Amino acid sequence: MLYREAGQFKATYVEDSEIFPIRQDKFGIALILAAAFVGIPLLSVAGILADYTFTAILTPFLIFALATLGLNILTGYAGQLSLGTAAFMAVGAFASYNFMLRIDGMPILGAFILGGLCAAAVGIVFGLPSLRIRGFYLAAATLATQFFIVWVLTKVGWFTNYNSSGVITAQKIEMFGYTFDTAFSKYLFVLSVVTVMALLAKNMVRTNVGRSWMAIRDMDMAAEVIGFRPMRTKLLAFAVSSFYCGVAGALFAYAYLGTVEPEGFSLDLSFRILFMVIIGGVGSILGSFFGAAFIVLVPIFLNTFTGFLENTVGIGLPSGISSSIELMVFGALIIFFLIVEPHGLARLWQIGKEKLRLWPFPH
Amino acid sequence: MQFFLEVLIGGLLSGIMYSLVALGFVLIYKASGVFNFAQGAMVYFAALTTVGLVDSGMSLWLAILLTMVAMVVLGLLTEKIVLRPLVAQHEITLFMATIGLTFFVEGLAQAIWGANVRALDLGIEDVPLEWLLESANIAVSQFDLIASGIAAALVILLAIFFSKTKIGRALRAVADDHQAALSIGIPLQHIWAIVWAVAGFVALVAGLLWGARNGVQFALTFVALKALPVLILGGFTSVPGAILGGLIIGASEKLAEVYIGPHVGGGIEGWFPYVLALLFLLVRPEGLFGEKIIRRI
Amino acid sequence: MSEGRQIGEVILDLKNISLRFGGVKALTDISFDVREHEIRAIIGPNGAGKSSMLNVINGVYRPQEGDIVFRGEHHRDMNTYAAAKAGIARTFQNIALFKGMTVLDNIMTGRNLKMKSNFLLDAIYWGPAQREEIAHRRKVEEIIDFLEIQHIRKTPVGRLPYGLQKRVELGRALAAEPSILLLDEPMAGMNVEEKQDMCRFILDVNDQLGTTIVLIEHDMGVVMDISDRVVVLDYGKKIADGTPDEVRNNQDVIDAYLGVAH
Repeated sequence: MLYREAGQFKATYVEDSEIFPIRQDKFGIALILAAAFVGIPLLSVAGILADYTFTAILTPFLIFALATLGLNILTGYAGQLSLGTAAFMAVGAFASYNFMLRIDGMPILGAFILGGLCAAAVGIVFGLPSLRIRGFYLAAATLATQFFIVWVLTKVGWFTNYNSSGVITAQKIEMFGYTFDTAFSKYLFVLSVVTVMALLAKNMVRTNVGRSWMAIRDMDMAAEVIGFRPMRTKLLAFAVSSFYCGVAGALFAYAYLGTVEPEGFSLDLSFRILFMVIIGGVGSILGSFFGAAFIVLVPIFLNTFTGFLENTVGIGLPSGISSSIELMVFGALIIFFLIVEPHGLARLWQIGKEKLRLWPFPH
Repeated sequence: MQFFLEVLIGGLLSGIMYSLVALGFVLIYKASGVFNFAQGAMVYFAALTTVGLVDSGMSLWLAILLTMVAMVVLGLLTEKIVLRPLVAQHEITLFMATIGLTFFVEGLAQAIWGANVRALDLGIEDVPLEWLLESANIAVSQFDLIASGIAAALVILLAIFFSKTKIGRALRAVADDHQAALSIGIPLQHIWAIVWAVAGFVALVAGLLWGARNGVQFALTFVALKALPVLILGGFTSVPGAILGGLIIGASEKLAEVYIGPHVGGGIEGWFPYVLALLFLLVRPEGLFGEKIIRRI
Repeated sequence: MSEGRQIGEVILDLKNISLRFGGVKALTDISFDVREHEIRAIIGPNGAGKSSMLNVINGVYRPQEGDIVFRGEHHRDMNTYAAAKAGIARTFQNIALFKGMTVLDNIMTGRNLKMKSNFLLDAIYWGPAQREEIAHRRKVEEIIDFLEIQHIRKTPVGRLPYGLQKRVELGRALAAEPSILLLDEPMAGMNVEEKQDMCRFILDVNDQLGTTIVLIEHDMGVVMDISDRVVVLDYGKKIADGTPDEVRNNQDVIDAYLGVAH
């Protein structure tokens, strides 16, 4: 009975079309945002949360969530499978770097937006095949994006400002005279960007543009017949998705790693983000956050677990094996989720809410 | 001209190996509609297992035999644990499941044998053929020639198996229509088990040949990924397509590397096949020999 | 048949349409017209080319020969977008709804051509974008009321029974406020009550909104009851055209349905 919708009447379509129409959801989101923007900072100031929490967990989680959101727009909503996510992230990162480097007084947010737009442009170009091919033909074609982009960034020295080892060092994040240089301030910066972009994405998927994507995904012929134009719709999905991935890539370089090389945006990263989409929930904004959290936390849990085995139980694992085990766990989890809950954690969350509707009564 | 021929022959020879891996894909795709992304991981697993067994003191032939058993078991388990529960799911779901399988198999191989690069010696020397070098001044590796001979033999064997034998016919029936095949008494699961076992065998041969040439290492999975552009070129369902596609990809990537590469900084082998396939897709989405897709409503 | 509506001029004129797939002839030299506000039925045995005919009208298939005149404009190369823009909406033989979306969203998609908002405004969802969304929602709710599907508006269509899905699909087509509505077997697979409901909706749409309707249907009772004129196809050729009574007594039609050797 906690999650009770009964009695919440909507008198207007405006109310019924709100982003979070149910009171408890509104409250929940407000609570999460309050915790993220106020609660965690307080804990940090009080010294309870170490820098490690930000640098190794919270910041990467948010950045991956943003990239997952991007891929989810393309794959989950518009139904176009892509294995080139990391390449779009790379474009965003390297483009932002060059805008900052080459244009005096470039505001950092401007560089991120321009970086995202570059990624969107690349996304449109590599999305062109989607007009003629579908399914895993398209997936195989997106591999071209992955390999080609990374190669270009490696080979063309201009992109890395002719750094001999092909590494870029991200400039400082400065806004209004304030430098975001601590782990904690970078977290807040990333959190703000991700919150705004997630809300924008949520709005897109519940209005006409989102419906056009889902229509193309579910039944492209019928979508065409009622007047959606497949070309425009698919390319827009590629553009918006790549923009999100591009900004995520820029944040990846600026707020998480600091220094990156093109090889850092490998096929492996693309797969990881695809896994976040699958585990979180295909076609769910909220699920993107669940999936990212899950995949960021699994290696940490595994490390803790092997550490526990070694120190407490006394079973030492051979060095290097933990990364192999991580691969196996990821693989097994993907298969498990696809078989048991193809709609991912987002669906489990929904089932949980439906249970809460009745709780504590069984029916 | 001699140099051109040298590059072309080298490319065609490696192309046959691509064909071999591509055939593994085609086999599974035709029989079960699964696009098995894990084929590359299986190649890696097979090569690593063989070399691991040899390094621990086993004779080469015994190691190969044991690996073959392991590959069949792996194939059967995959069919049982991963694909059977997902039967009748959307093909993209199956595809993603095989990506999961890729990670699992790669992790498993490394967990057992470690992630180090290992050398595999099949007893064939990688030297230029003397008579060809002397008579025409063209250097063609003896190893490449023998390896592609083995690959070609296997490719032909599989093509015959697929078109002439009773199991092959059953396979094609299954590929055409699961329901109809079931209704005339073809044991579907039995067929799938065979297909996965054969795919495991193909992966083993490819793994041995490539492993011996380039060393057994993680990069093998990327070489196997090259089968994807081969398939796009040849069509996902066509055996001759896989063969021809492999040759085209092999030859063109080597030629591109040698003739275009130096002008753009080299290393274009990594992406050239994909971009070639992509451009090809725009012209002919169904591949060279694939079935034309007619949209119905 | 209602008394209130006035059958008007020819709105859609199909002239000498021929359609082939490779060597297979789907339609051969078919001509017929549709008048404004009328209910025009296309009947014929299985494989007669009825669905192909609808596909030609809204541009899914392009005929090799022939001319489509819609509202005085020649469309030699009718395409789906132009057809939708011109006010042609349709339903499909095998329901073609967007399975992952709710009833409300499905019907909302029908209004996409009337929406001016773009994805940036949608993303911000403030001011004009919100006002537009709400205005269209109001319109869609009218359709939901009309089709009596208020109780399922937020249900994903994949979970609905067949009969209701057909109704939602009609709703999606109506949302476009079409001037001509193509219905491909709207009553196939329905029980008697569902058929009666569907008939009522079709007649109401035709009567109240004045929408011209072209429908394919196998239930002869329904066809003869509700349509103004009937065209009969067999093996891709037109074998009869006229009022239900004329068609009923046509020898070729009787032969086609009873299966005289060709």
